[in-house]
Amino acid sequence: MRRYTLNIILALACIGLVLAASYDKLDSYVLTVLMSMGISIIFASSLNLVNGYMGEFSCGHGGFMCVGAYVGSVLSLICFSSNKMLGAALLPPTLAPWVFPFILLASGLAAAFFGLLVALPSFRTRGDYLAIITIAANYIIISLVENIDIIGGSRGLSGMKRTMNAMRDVADIPWMLIWVIIGTLVSLMLLRRLVSSTYGKGVPAIAQNEVAAEIMGVNTDRMKIVAFMLSSALAGVAGALYAHVFGYVNAQAFNILKSTEGMVMVYLGGMGSLSGSVLAAILFTLLVEGLRFGIPALDSLLHTVNVLPADFTLSQIWKWVLIPLMLILLMQFRPEGIMGNRELSGVFPRLRRWFTFR
Amino acid sequence: MVIVQHFVNALQWGSFYALIALGYTLVYGVLSLINFAHGDIFMVGAYIAFFVSTALLASDSFGLSHFQALSLTIPLTMLLTSCVGMTLERIAYRPLRRKGAHRLYVVITALMCGLVLENGNLALLGASRRTLPEMLDKVVYNIGGIAVTNLKIGVIFTALLVFVALQYIVTRTRMGMAMRAVSWDKFALPLMGIALDRVIVFTFVMGSGIAGLGGMLFAMSYPVLDPYMGSMVGWKAFIAAVVGGIGDIRGAFLGGFLLAFVEIMVAAFLPSTFRDLFAFTVLLLIMWQRPTGIFGAPQTTKI
Repeated sequence: MRRYTLNIILALACIGLVLAASYDKLDSYVLTVLMSMGISIIFASSLNLVNGYMGEFSCGHGGFMCVGAYVGSVLSLICFSSNKMLGAALLPPTLAPWVFPFILLASGLAAAFFGLLVALPSFRTRGDYLAIITIAANYIIISLVENIDIIGGSRGLSGMKRTMNAMRDVADIPWMLIWVIIGTLVSLMLLRRLVSSTYGKGVPAIAQNEVAAEIMGVNTDRMKIVAFMLSSALAGVAGALYAHVFGYVNAQAFNILKSTEGMVMVYLGGMGSLSGSVLAAILFTLLVEGLRFGIPALDSLLHTVNVLPADFTLSQIWKWVLIPLMLILLMQFRPEGIMGNRELSGVFPRLRRWFTFR
Repeated sequence: MVIVQHFVNALQWGSFYALIALGYTLVYGVLSLINFAHGDIFMVGAYIAFFVSTALLASDSFGLSHFQALSLTIPLTMLLTSCVGMTLERIAYRPLRRKGAHRLYVVITALMCGLVLENGNLALLGASRRTLPEMLDKVVYNIGGIAVTNLKIGVIFTALLVFVALQYIVTRTRMGMAMRAVSWDKFALPLMGIALDRVIVFTFVMGSGIAGLGGMLFAMSYPVLDPYMGSMVGWKAFIAAVVGGIGDIRGAFLGGFLLAFVEIMVAAFLPSTFRDLFAFTVLLLIMWQRPTGIFGAPQTTKI
C-alpha cells in the first residue's frame, strides 16, 4: 500500500483539479497560474538534470524552450488552422485531441536536436567555457527565429488558440490543464527514473569526477548526449505547452532572462534535487503572482504610515527588485538552496513511513 | 575606404567590449567567479557620469568650462562606480564566500544583484530617457575620406591605455603578484602574510572603476541612457572575455575587439538582424576549435 500512496494522492489531486476546472470552480486567472506553474516545473526540473545532477553550468535553457514553442506552434498552425502563410488546415479539427500529443512530442524532438548544439561541444569543454557556449546557443536560436519571416520574425506568432478551440469542440473539458498535468507528471517521472536507474547514475558520476567516471566505465560522451538531449527535449515540450496556453509566442520571451529564471529555480530549490526544483518552481510562480497583488497593498500601507512621499507610487517594476533581493537574502541564509541536494524524503525522513519515493 | 571606416567603428565598439571584458576577466582570474552584475555596473557607471556631469555643469557656482567638467567627471565616476562594485562584493559575495557556498550559488547571487541594479534603477528613476550633457566639443577629422571624431580616438586610446596599465599592474607590481597568487592557491595565501580580502576588494575596485569609465565613454558616444543598456552589452562582453580565454587580460582585450569586428562587419554587409546570429556562430566555432579560448591554458585534470 505504501508504494502507491504518493501516486494515489497525486492522481487524486490532479483529478480534483481537472474536475474543479471543468465545473468552472476555478476562474481563468487561477487556471493560468496553475498551468504556468506546471510549465515552470517542467522547465526547472529539466534544467536541473544538466545544472544540478550533471554539474554543468548551462545558461541557455530558454533557447530550447523557444525551439519547442515555435515548432509546436507551427505544427499546430499547419494542422488545424488556415493561415495565409502556412496554408489551409491539413487535418479536420475533430482530430485535434489525438494529434496534439504528437505535436508535443515533435517539438520535444526538435528541441532535443538543438540540444546537440550544446551537447557536442561539451565533450571537450566544461564549466564556464561551456556556459558561454550555452549562452551563445540561446542567442543563436532566438536570432535564427527572428530572422525567419514566415513564422512571424520578431513580431511573434499567434493563432494557436484555434487548436484549443478545436479540442474544446470535441469535448468540453479543460484540455490545456490536462495536457500540462500530463506533461509535468511524465517529465518528472522520466527524470526521476533516469537519475535513479543504474544507467543514469552516470550523470551524477560526471558531476563528481568526470575522469574517474570514465575510468569506471561510464561512457561520458554518450551520457552527456543523453542528458543534454533529454533536458532540452523536456524544455521543448514546456515551450510547446506555453505556446498553447497563452496562444502567442515571441522569441524574445525566451531570451536570456527566461534562462535566468530557470537557473534561479534550480539553484533556489537545490542542485540535484528534483523535489527542490518542483518546490522552487511553485514558490517562484506564487511569489511572482503574489507580488502582483502584494505591491499595491504595500504601496497603500506605506502611504498610510507616511513612509513614502505622496507623489511616489510603488509600481510593478518593484516586483523585479524585490524578488532578486529576496533571493539574495535566501542565498545568504541558505547557501545550498531550499533542499540542498536531498530529496523530500531526505529532508523529512518521517515521510518515508507513508510514502515510497520513486 | 568603406572597409577602413567600418574598421574604425569596430575599434570604437570593441573598446567598450574590451573595457567591460577586462573587468570580467580580472574578477574571474582572481576568484574564478563570473560576476554577472558587471554589465549592470557598467550601466551604473553611465548613470553616475550623467548625475556627476549634470551637477557640475548645472550649478553656476562652480563656473567650470566643459573641459574642466570632463576632467573632473572621469575620476569621480570611476571612484563612485568602484564604490558600487565594492559594496556588492562586501554585502553579497563575501558572506557567501566565507560560508563556503558552491561557486554557482555566488554566480546566481551576482545575476540577482545585476537584476536589482537595473530594475532598481528603472523603479527609482523612472523610464524617462536621460541624455548625457555634451562635455567634449566634437571635432571631426577627415583623413583620406575616413571620418574620425576626437571622441572615437579618445575611446580607442583610453581602452589601449587601460589595457597597458592593467597588464603592468598585474605582471609587475606587488599587488598584481598577490592577485596572481590568489588565483594560484587561495588557501596558501594567508599563510604567506597576504590579506586575501584586501586583494579581492582591490580587484573589484579596479574592475568596477574600468566599467565605470567604459560606461561614461559609452554614454558620451551614444548619449541616451537606459537602465537595460548594460545587460546586453554585459553578456556579450562576457562572451568576448571567454573567447579570449577568461582570466587572461590579453584575451579579454582581444576578444572584445574580435566580437566587435565580427558584429560591425556583419551589420555592414548583411541585414543588421543577422548580427547576433553570425557573431555568435563565429564565436561558437572559435570555441569549438579552441575550447579554452584564444589565450586560455588547456584545462587539465589531476587524477
